[in-house]
Amino acid sequence: MRRLLTLLIPVAIVAIGIGLWLTAPSRVDAARFDGLTGAADRGEAVFTAAGCASCHHAPDAEGEAKLVLAGGQPFPSDFGTFYAPNISSHPEAGIGDWDLEDLANAVTRGVSPESQHYYPAFPYGAYAKITDQDLADLWAYMQTLPADATPSRAHDVGFPFNIRRSLGGWKLLFFSDDYVIEDIPAELERGRYLVEALAHCAECHTPRNALGGLDTARWMGGAPNPSGRGTIPPLTPDELTWSAADIAYYLETGFTPDFDAVGGHMAEVVENFAALTKEDRDAVAAYVKALPPLSE
Amino acid sequence: MKYTFAALAACAVLATPALAQDLPQPVKARQGQFNILALNLGILGGMARGTVEYDADAAQAAADSLVAVTMVDQRAMWPEGTDMESIDGTRALPAAFENVEDVVAKWEALGEAAVAMQAAVGDGQQAIGQNMGAIAGACKDCHDDYRASE
Repeated sequence: MRRLLTLLIPVAIVAIGIGLWLTAPSRVDAARFDGLTGAADRGEAVFTAAGCASCHHAPDAEGEAKLVLAGGQPFPSDFGTFYAPNISSHPEAGIGDWDLEDLANAVTRGVSPESQHYYPAFPYGAYAKITDQDLADLWAYMQTLPADATPSRAHDVGFPFNIRRSLGGWKLLFFSDDYVIEDIPAELERGRYLVEALAHCAECHTPRNALGGLDTARWMGGAPNPSGRGTIPPLTPDELTWSAADIAYYLETGFTPDFDAVGGHMAEVVENFAALTKEDRDAVAAYVKALPPLSE
Repeated sequence: MKYTFAALAACAVLATPALAQDLPQPVKARQGQFNILALNLGILGGMARGTVEYDADAAQAAADSLVAVTMVDQRAMWPEGTDMESIDGTRALPAAFENVEDVVAKWEALGEAAVAMQAAVGDGQQAIGQNMGAIAGACKDCHDDYRASE
């Protein structure tokens, strides 16, 4: 027995050590950003396409007030309710004391400046594919936005999901900075970047497994609404039969081909796409039309 | 034949609860007005996109209809107990009923956008396009807060 224990204890220690090593937050290499200069005007387009304000504006903000990133909107899920944090330029309540490296760790790795994992309600799985130049531009723009002193609200998440270290395991299983649709012609690359990275469309339009990971085998196949009410429609061409021009027009105006008007959280998405260029809306439409059908 | 009739009758009985005629009158009324809006926006939108040829008379008639619908007073259409939590067949969120004054204000904003469209449609295809954005914005403003996703 004693001999067994002396054998088991080192095994257990090694196993825990491997576990801690595997689940440790990984940080970006800061040297990536040497020599990059961000431009706030370009960053505004990145910010708009990424929909940052849509989740981080205060719950009842309208119009220009949506650029005050005070946080507070609730995001219900099977694992509890997440509250978008304050990411305004306020140095204490927001992220005003961050630098570009901190933003890159947060947005592309889901890791805080204190090396804690963020919950994947924050779509860093999509943002992981953002280019370094876009990150630099985004950071330049975010620093120009107003500061707000509203403190971030703690998430309402129960055991065991409240153990942040466990998110390291989640990331091992589900986090990847690869595109889902590979081997794509060059003319679809911009659309793929917008859909899969910046606009993080799959976060709602792709179903999730029991652990909350995206079921990439059913990419853009539609999903239950995480609020528990209704469903989010599929975008695959076997289900969504709109033409590319219909899709681009919907993203510009919010009108479906039979002139119903957009609602729910998608209204915020359309507001963002309306502020982007026609080329970008057309690029998204082209990518969506090229999605593999679900039946394949 | 008899069986077919019986089956059809059974289907009709079973299907009835899902049909619109069973919705409370205020719900039918508000959905009807949205349908008239969508129908006429379709005419204008088709011309704006160039999928339908511009026709000044048809455009004017559609814009006039938009204005006429937006003049319908909303206060009788949003009684308590007709939100999506209370009944099937509507996507009106409970928040709409807690903020009827705001629903009315947003409806009036749509009315202003419709009046601008009415004044502009005679100027040609481009003028329609320039005014679609304001109407879409008014729709979104209200749906954003008061209508659930499908």
